Amino acid sequence: MIRSSAASRRTVIKAMGAGALAMGGVGLAAAPARADLAKAQKLLKELIGDKAPQEGKVRLEMPQIAENGQTVPLTAAVDSPMTADNYCKVIHILADGNPEAGVCSFKFTPSSGRAEFSTRMRLAQTQNVWAVAEMSDGSVWMTKTEVKVTIGGCGG
Amino acid sequence: MVSRRDFLTLTAAAAAILGPGRAGRLAAQDRLTETELLAFKPVGNVTILHLTDLHAQLVPIWFREPSTNIGVGEVRGLPPHLTGKDFLAHFGIAPGTAQAHAFTDQDFVELARRYGKVGGIDRIATLVKAIRAERDGRTLLLDGGDAMQGSWVTLQRKGADMVAVLRALGVEAMTAHWEFTYGAERVKEIVEELGFPFLGGNVLDTEWEEPVFESTAFFERGGVKIAVIGQAFPYTPVSNPRWMIPQWSFGIREERVAQHVENARAEGAELVVLLSHNGFDVDRKLVSRVPGIDVVLTGHTHDALPQALLVGKTLVVGSGSNGKFLARLDLDVRDGEVKDYAFKLIPVFADAIRPDRETAKLIDELRAPFRAELDRVLGHTNSLLYRRGNFQGSWDDLICEALLEQRDAEIALSPGFRWGPTLLPDQPIRMEDVWAQTAMTYPQVYRIEMTGAQLKEVLEDVADNIFNTDPYYQGGGDMVRVGGMGFTIDVDQPIGRRISEMTFLKTGQPIDPARRYVVAGWASVNEGVEGPPVWELVARHIEARKVIDLPKAGRVVVKGG
Repeated sequence: MIRSSAASRRTVIKAMGAGALAMGGVGLAAAPARADLAKAQKLLKELIGDKAPQEGKVRLEMPQIAENGQTVPLTAAVDSPMTADNYCKVIHILADGNPEAGVCSFKFTPSSGRAEFSTRMRLAQTQNVWAVAEMSDGSVWMTKTEVKVTIGGCGG
Repeated sequence: MVSRRDFLTLTAAAAAILGPGRAGRLAAQDRLTETELLAFKPVGNVTILHLTDLHAQLVPIWFREPSTNIGVGEVRGLPPHLTGKDFLAHFGIAPGTAQAHAFTDQDFVELARRYGKVGGIDRIATLVKAIRAERDGRTLLLDGGDAMQGSWVTLQRKGADMVAVLRALGVEAMTAHWEFTYGAERVKEIVEELGFPFLGGNVLDTEWEEPVFESTAFFERGGVKIAVIGQAFPYTPVSNPRWMIPQWSFGIREERVAQHVENARAEGAELVVLLSHNGFDVDRKLVSRVPGIDVVLTGHTHDALPQALLVGKTLVVGSGSNGKFLARLDLDVRDGEVKDYAFKLIPVFADAIRPDRETAKLIDELRAPFRAELDRVLGHTNSLLYRRGNFQGSWDDLICEALLEQRDAEIALSPGFRWGPTLLPDQPIRMEDVWAQTAMTYPQVYRIEMTGAQLKEVLEDVADNIFNTDPYYQGGGDMVRVGGMGFTIDVDQPIGRRISEMTFLKTGQPIDPARRYVVAGWASVNEGVEGPPVWELVARHIEARKVIDLPKAGRVVVKGG
């Protein structure tokens, strides 16, 4: 399933590489089959066990529509005082539509001062990106944001 | 409310608005005059004038408003997603009047012949000068972008004609979209040449994420400190070639807009105006989430609304396109807030308004070197030729026909641009008319093979850019136009499920997902696309045909909405 969708994507991208697909651009949005949702869920369980993530505390800033699926900027931050007895230990980034669900994990200590980072990631297709924060008190917080990867063109 | 009263007066007196015309072509009860078009009961201490999406239309044109403008999700059936009779009923405009003609597609050909052409920068100049004289020291003129694309003259001059024209009009700030398709270096030159602020607070460089342009300009009018925040089209690098502006990143960037508003207030702004190229639905959502914006002057989606729409405490103004309208918004600003307002979207009926002499001279000079090429007659049209609308316009049908025949293709794809004026039936088709539909910096016509499955992916992808229920996920223009193929679209479905019944018109058979079709199209956003410019093929096609008589379109079936 995953392999075959990747193969068809390659074929289409090749057609675009020929410099010609109708509206041009990289990536495709038309097959949001969430083929890798199960992978993301499995990875989440490996990371946080059976804990139920709560909504809130985590902020994930990404564009709604990626300008370039090869390098999409993201900023993640957690609302935390970052004191010795109350701080954010780690923020995980997961992608539920990429061939591999794991993107990165950033670890923090109270001396980090702030639980915030910016980086860039690749997106194979339109999908949800998850930010999961583990706190020193054992609580887990999570947010998701959808990023669209489109053929583009037709500029109004 | 003053604005409401003014508006009712205006529509009730619809016939009166259309005062005495010049050419004698108007019925007596329906005459248009400059005085009536300018009639306005002033309010307060500030007058904002807004032009947007001029698309380089220097001289008068016809422009038919859409028959189909579907809103999905929360905005279903709300302005601007009303057309024709529904639009007239909603705004209380009498059919057959000049107002009805200006704002809708109803009886278009008949009323276009009665009321004449619209727009023309020299007419706009006359209106602007009159309002400035009336509201001395209180007036601020702003342009919402897409001024510098849409004509052969502006393409040849890389926007320099429009720089001259905007300066002559006395525009005081602008934002941008198609301007970026001249590439980063030219944009930097334009910013220097303008002599007034080029604003784009949502544009950052890709390396350090630092601002590329100024976000905000401050003005004092009528004793009021005004902040104008510029928002460039957020999906420029997605909808147009990113390779032309590789170092610049866009996006809606709500948090930054909020920050600009806060900063403006901190610097003492009593009135905050967002000069935006987001598009109507994106701006409506934005102002419902970002507090502190008094007025958003929206653009991009070309919506012309006779009233300012109140969203929370924010007035949303949609001023149309192609120089067809000039928006006037009077505001009474006291104690840092808008106490009262009055609004009018003035239709620029070219026959009723005296051309401003200096501006007319400037336009003649700018066009003179191209005159012979522009006026070259290619053929004659028996059909009404228009583009604007969510789906297939007749200009697009003609372009697709040209692509199929001139490139020996089975299927044609043509972008759903919102720009491009209208040509009435029984008119010559001049080269200028073809360029008005096609003049842009990436016009190459490609010819490739695509499978039926890939064609479906393209249609689904573009459809989601229009009909995603979250406006923040919408980009680009109207639906891609197709030749040689029919399809059914259900706009209420999610991506992947909107398009069905794709039919290969040559055989009447369903499009086979596995078969490869020869496809011709233009305006690819990829770098290095090879092929002749689309206007050459369209011109050749019209010259070969001599007379254009298009069959009724009807290959796209629309469900939902």
